[in-house]
Amino acid sequence: MIWTKKDLLGLEYLTKEEIELILDTAESFKEVSTREIKKVPALRGKTAVNLFYEPSTRTRVSFEVAAKRLSADVINIATETSSVRKGETLIDTGKNIQALKADIIIMRHNCSGAANMLARALDISVVNAGDGWHEHPTQALLDIFTLKEKLGKIKGLNVAIVGDIAHSRVARSNIWGLTKLGAEVILCAPEMLLPVGIELTGACISTNIDEVLEKVDAVNVLRMQFERDEGAAFPEQLDYFKKYGITEQRLSKAKKDIVVMHPGPINRGIEMSSAVADGVNSVILEQVTNGIAVRMAVLFLVSQAKDAGR
Amino acid sequence: MSILIKGGRVIDPGNKTDAVLDILIEGSKIAKVAKDIQAPSATEIDARNKIIAPGIIDIHVHLRQPGREDKETVASGTAAAAKGGVTTVLAMPNTQPAMDSVEHIKFLQGIIANDALVNVLVCGTITRGRLGQELSDIVALKKAGAIAISDDGNSIASDNLMLEAFKQAKQAGLLTICHCEDKKLSGQGVINLGFNSTRLGLRGISNESEYKRVNRDIELAEQSGAAVHIAHVSCRESVEIIAKAKKRGVKVTCETAPHYFALTEEDIIDYDTNMKVNPPLRTKEDVAAIKAGLKNGVIDVIASDHAPHTENEKDIEFERAEFGKIGLESGLAISIMELIDTNVLAWPELVRKISLNPAEILGINKGIFSAGGDADVIIVDAAKEFVLEKKKIVSKSKNSPFIGKKVKGLVEYTIYNGKIVYKS
Repeated sequence: MIWTKKDLLGLEYLTKEEIELILDTAESFKEVSTREIKKVPALRGKTAVNLFYEPSTRTRVSFEVAAKRLSADVINIATETSSVRKGETLIDTGKNIQALKADIIIMRHNCSGAANMLARALDISVVNAGDGWHEHPTQALLDIFTLKEKLGKIKGLNVAIVGDIAHSRVARSNIWGLTKLGAEVILCAPEMLLPVGIELTGACISTNIDEVLEKVDAVNVLRMQFERDEGAAFPEQLDYFKKYGITEQRLSKAKKDIVVMHPGPINRGIEMSSAVADGVNSVILEQVTNGIAVRMAVLFLVSQAKDAGR
Repeated sequence: MSILIKGGRVIDPGNKTDAVLDILIEGSKIAKVAKDIQAPSATEIDARNKIIAPGIIDIHVHLRQPGREDKETVASGTAAAAKGGVTTVLAMPNTQPAMDSVEHIKFLQGIIANDALVNVLVCGTITRGRLGQELSDIVALKKAGAIAISDDGNSIASDNLMLEAFKQAKQAGLLTICHCEDKKLSGQGVINLGFNSTRLGLRGISNESEYKRVNRDIELAEQSGAAVHIAHVSCRESVEIIAKAKKRGVKVTCETAPHYFALTEEDIIDYDTNMKVNPPLRTKEDVAAIKAGLKNGVIDVIASDHAPHTENEKDIEFERAEFGKIGLESGLAISIMELIDTNVLAWPELVRKISLNPAEILGINKGIFSAGGDADVIIVDAAKEFVLEKKKIVSKSKNSPFIGKKVKGLVEYTIYNGKIVYKS
């Protein structure tokens, strides 16, 4: 299996084998972060640019750490202080970064499809760090990586994704990735947070969290994206917590070793209780650690493909 | 000057003609349509194996002048029309300023008199500034030469105001063209609401936002007794509603555009903003209903909804890009491929929908070959295959979703008012 894509835009566009290649590559990179000198020369002399149009700490820093552990130079562009404020178009910004001879643009954008558009317009690699409600491929990859690490496999697992599916790029990427690898995905949310036709992805749907929790091996709890859809209908927060919030009481009926994930940042007391977030089943901080290995793998693979002219 | 078009297949549904005939043009008029015409002094065009039809009448065109000459002008838009075999366009009134007063219409007519390569008819607005608040002086617009009224791009939210508009339009003898969209339902949507909008993470536009307004506008037209023309029908429910209204005798006509039978939402695979149109590309089921509506006569007209936008307005994030695509130059070829070649329509039925029917709906004496009538004629090599290339687009804007597509049916000559305005 050889990686041939210059970009990573979403898991919908990848084959099962390509996803497995990223996971395998991540596994070999994970060890780097445990060394005394946490660095390999794989991307020495390469420049990665973090271009973030939406506020993000976790993902941006994770990419920065990943790139630095591969010895790449990293530049962070905060769009609030750049020419973007002066009305420069996304493609112009991208072409300027390309003209600086950067090798990889890591982009977070509030518009769905922005990474696809940029990747089409540029010769250099584009890694999607989240675009609108569309995809957040590295988040899903690190979720899947963590799950595989915990449970030893993906095929045949039952995985619930709970919460704001409608506005979630994390959900979409997870659905594509998990179903391609042979897991059963169950989406659990109030109807107003389930987007039209989502079952056509191959995922099942339920509105009953207690029934779902009883049968799944893992639950990925989404953040309520209040900030992402002004004026849309959201369930009342306390009511949502009562009906869908993950609590110790609810988990008491689940499998004992159920894996509880959250892409962060958590709204404690809305999506899950603090006790669950900090509890024995929670792998939330391991997800953060694994994010570095997965992003190292992605940066390495797209860079290799670019160099090989594939 | 005389032109003799020899030996083509003349398709003239207004005279129920479909036969190999010659056409003699003298000056700006048709002199004769007959077998073996002899006219030694005329310029002869060999049209053997070609289709000869009345020039296309495109009832839905945005020429953008005045105000957005960077997108299109009367000169560039009519040159694109000529290339596409279109000899009459109805210019939509959402210019800057909008065609909401006698003064603005006179100003545009001045430009048309100087710059237009083909016939340009002017559509006035229903409301001042297309704001849906206060009616335009509809009688004055008619006197100034407006042939129809529309707030295209917007739909009037107030039922009372829309009813009053129909009443005044009826008195003035003007056709009302309705853009049917309930913005409370379509909201911030950018593509059809469905699996594809979910997959791409884009806000959706429901069929409901269109057909509920189609239903309302038909009911209000019926109540007032006015004629109504529904623009750019895209979904199956709209076709059903219009079919029922026609059956009960409402004076309703409608159009669809080539993209609504040639493309579906599934073609927006990689956020191609040239596929972003309003109403949006719908599903396979909707396309089937549009084709059925064309076949059974519920849909009267095919119009381009030619909507030019600059690359600056299209080569950006999908959600931020303008709605609309150009279509004057590709409409006929797409219609041949999608309707004739798939046996949805026979040639005379297609010609009826792009020429005779729009002429009758607008009440103009065109779309038919009659001795002494206007010599608006197209000669088409229906079998000629070619690729739609960006660099060959005549329109100022290049926002076509069909760039790179192999199509069939090349316009060889466009003759308007007895003059050859385009030759391939």
